[in-house]
Amino acid sequence: MYFLRRLLFLLPLTLLIITLAFFLVRIAPGGPFDRERSPASPAVERALAERYHLNESLLSQYLRFLGLKWERQPDGSWKRASGGLITGDLGLSLKYRNHSVSDIIRQGLPVSLALGGTAFLFALGFGIPMGFYTAVRRGQTGDWMGSLVALVVLCVPGFVIGPVLILLLALKAGWFPVGLWGTASHGVLPMATLGLYFGGRVARLTREGMGQALQSEFVRTAQAKGVSAAGVLLRHALPLGLMPVVSYSGPMLADLLTGSFVVENIFQIPGIGVFMVNSSLSRDYTMVVGLVLLYALLLLLLNLGVDLAYSLLDPRVRHE
Amino acid sequence: MLVALLLLAPGCSRAPRADLVIYNGPEAETIDPHVLTGQPDGRIAGALFEGLTRFDPHTGRGVPGLAHSWEISSDGLRYTFHLRTNAAFSTGKPIRADDFVWSWRRAADPVTAADYSGFFFYVKGGQAIATGATNRLEELGIRAVDPWTVEVTLVNPTPFFPDLCAMRIMAVIPRATVEQFGDQWVRADPLPCSGPYQLESWRPNDRVRLKANPHYWDASSVGCARVDLLSGDSPTAALNLYLTGDVDFLIDKVVIPSELGDVLVRRPDFHSYAYLGTYFFRFNVTRKPFDDARVRRAIGLVVDRRRIVERITRMGEQPASALTPPGAGGYTPPEGLGHRALRATNAADYAAAMRAAVLEAQRLLAEAGYPEGKGFPPFSYMFNAGGGGGARQHENIGVEMQSGLREHLGLHMELRPVEWKTYLSELSQLNFDLARGSWIGDYQDPTTFLDCFLSASGNNRTGWRSTRYDTLLSDAAAEPESQKRMELLREAEAILTKEEAPIVAIYTYVGLFAYDPDRWEGIYKNLTGEHPIWAIRRREGGPTRSRNTAEIAPAPAP
Repeated sequence: MYFLRRLLFLLPLTLLIITLAFFLVRIAPGGPFDRERSPASPAVERALAERYHLNESLLSQYLRFLGLKWERQPDGSWKRASGGLITGDLGLSLKYRNHSVSDIIRQGLPVSLALGGTAFLFALGFGIPMGFYTAVRRGQTGDWMGSLVALVVLCVPGFVIGPVLILLLALKAGWFPVGLWGTASHGVLPMATLGLYFGGRVARLTREGMGQALQSEFVRTAQAKGVSAAGVLLRHALPLGLMPVVSYSGPMLADLLTGSFVVENIFQIPGIGVFMVNSSLSRDYTMVVGLVLLYALLLLLLNLGVDLAYSLLDPRVRHE
Repeated sequence: MLVALLLLAPGCSRAPRADLVIYNGPEAETIDPHVLTGQPDGRIAGALFEGLTRFDPHTGRGVPGLAHSWEISSDGLRYTFHLRTNAAFSTGKPIRADDFVWSWRRAADPVTAADYSGFFFYVKGGQAIATGATNRLEELGIRAVDPWTVEVTLVNPTPFFPDLCAMRIMAVIPRATVEQFGDQWVRADPLPCSGPYQLESWRPNDRVRLKANPHYWDASSVGCARVDLLSGDSPTAALNLYLTGDVDFLIDKVVIPSELGDVLVRRPDFHSYAYLGTYFFRFNVTRKPFDDARVRRAIGLVVDRRRIVERITRMGEQPASALTPPGAGGYTPPEGLGHRALRATNAADYAAAMRAAVLEAQRLLAEAGYPEGKGFPPFSYMFNAGGGGGARQHENIGVEMQSGLREHLGLHMELRPVEWKTYLSELSQLNFDLARGSWIGDYQDPTTFLDCFLSASGNNRTGWRSTRYDTLLSDAAAEPESQKRMELLREAEAILTKEEAPIVAIYTYVGLFAYDPDRWEGIYKNLTGEHPIWAIRRREGGPTRSRNTAEIAPAPAP
């Protein structure tokens, strides 16, 4: 029941988010067709605005975007304007005028998904063992070293790590390509660049979570019962210690899957991360709304997934 | 992590490398030759579609394209073009005079919403159509005399008209396809192309792949059968790909990291050349005290142009006192504000000339009522934030001007960085004091610059109106004698850059591209930066492997 309610709640929330996006991007100064050179004549400007319905009132544009705009036909009858969100049509990109928004997302999303998904696994594969190790060695040299590494990868931004990796492993050593997308080896450096930062966060979260779990009473009970040290750590403490990581995974995955502007830019990867930033700078209204919709849906669904995982991992959490 | 690596493998497929890989810059907004505006878009569309003329790879001027020759009437107003009998679209369908008539009408029609339809103002009836004054498209001065003869009637003798005919907006496009698919006709598959190449694939933010058009009239001259044009916004990525040989040709300055410009221009495979573009700043003459020409001239005089090109831009740009770069159609620009210093051949002369200019500026400012800058209201210099590449050149130039104005004239100028679209909208609404400006010429004639500052031009954006200037330009347009025409244009430009100074020129651009001259041929330097792709070919006997890394591998910068 709880999850059903949450699912139902998703719809109005998503609608609210994209409505906000729709109006906010239109409030910003300038428009999609403002350029350094002015068009040949005001007639051209008018024709452009008309073609993309930018000459209509905001409300009318909004209804058209939703697919709820009814237009008077020459014969006097009323007919719904074609397209719109209810038909799953996000419209043409206003900047890339030969592509629809869905077309661009369809081509770029798989790339961002592959990159983000592997970076996610990389982050977990790097962060959890690192956090686990530092938690177990708390206060010892291993803790200091591990925590330092986690802190460094967390603090050094991708636009530094990426070029450094390119310089060392691609330009100098020649092990990996410097950019583009195609084979598995193209993915390694971007995956590491993107995953390291999140890996650092995961390591710190795991360390904190494990630290708390190790001090909790059920761990002491287990130890008192004579469970082996490894058993205590892995069977009892680890699931609880991972709770902060689990709750962080939702937003982290949503971030990773929708692409990274920085990493895609550095490595020349045709994902959707670049569009996420550029579409709002270029006032590509339709694209902004389409991408916000995608991001919002992912974030909401993944957070729901996180809550589900909570109830599986932690016996104390029950959603009724 | 291993799992992650294994997961990367699927979803990865690669087409074999193209014969020539060009880093083309930002993703094309459209490849419809009539409506496109961007240079990367133009490079793609220029390979796919051709007009009566095409650009000469050496000079960038219009030379016979789909028309093999033409005659010009004695008054210079009537052009009779003769089409090639083997002109055909990539589908094999012949190209005839009617196709040109229809294409030009479509491009001029405001319903098509072509930003560049102003090029049809030179053609009789074009202005009335493009401004919406009439919707009778048949009034456009182009007609099919017979299937192989196109007759064009102009408003004025236009010596650069063959150049205009090579512009993308004058290209011939397939009527049936446009009528079937409307706006999205370029997505038709197959897309009938009139140029040396046809479209094989187009993946946004990745690449456009072209393949040679077997029906092109000059198919035997096309150097590379398959060409990839990579799209992307990152000059650093472009340089990395070039250094590893994944890219053969960095075609434009914007895809080369500006912060490394001065290092890269010293490499033998990076080539810089004079380019038809000018960096300047504009005043908003509708605001006090910039409505006073003395104030504008005083500010224009103290700009240390040489310092800007030597310390900030550093790629061999030439300091300029006039708007039009030298050499456009044989034109010599007049001497504008601050020209004396620019004639100096050594540092001492330059310093002396700058001191004289500063004294002159101080006198002008005092005359205007602001001795030593007293009583001068604070004002700002608007520019697009983060612009000018990784080296943030716009901001640095602003800082340089700021300190010069304070030191020499006692003026307090604030810097006002704004985001790109805000910059554009503030410019057109005249919502600024001083603003950065630049202009890239479309064709090799001074009018491509000077027309911007006509009173009625949408590109004026200074609020400056001068009937004297307007009259000189229209007299020049009607003048059939080339020498006299150039004199009139010079006179007009002197008003713009010396007497009235609604704008102040700073420097003229250089173009920059990179390729290995031992491996590739057919790429030449010209003023408009036209490098037709069909002309590029692998040099016979040249090294097969890329040697782009040979000299230095500069560290990639963020």
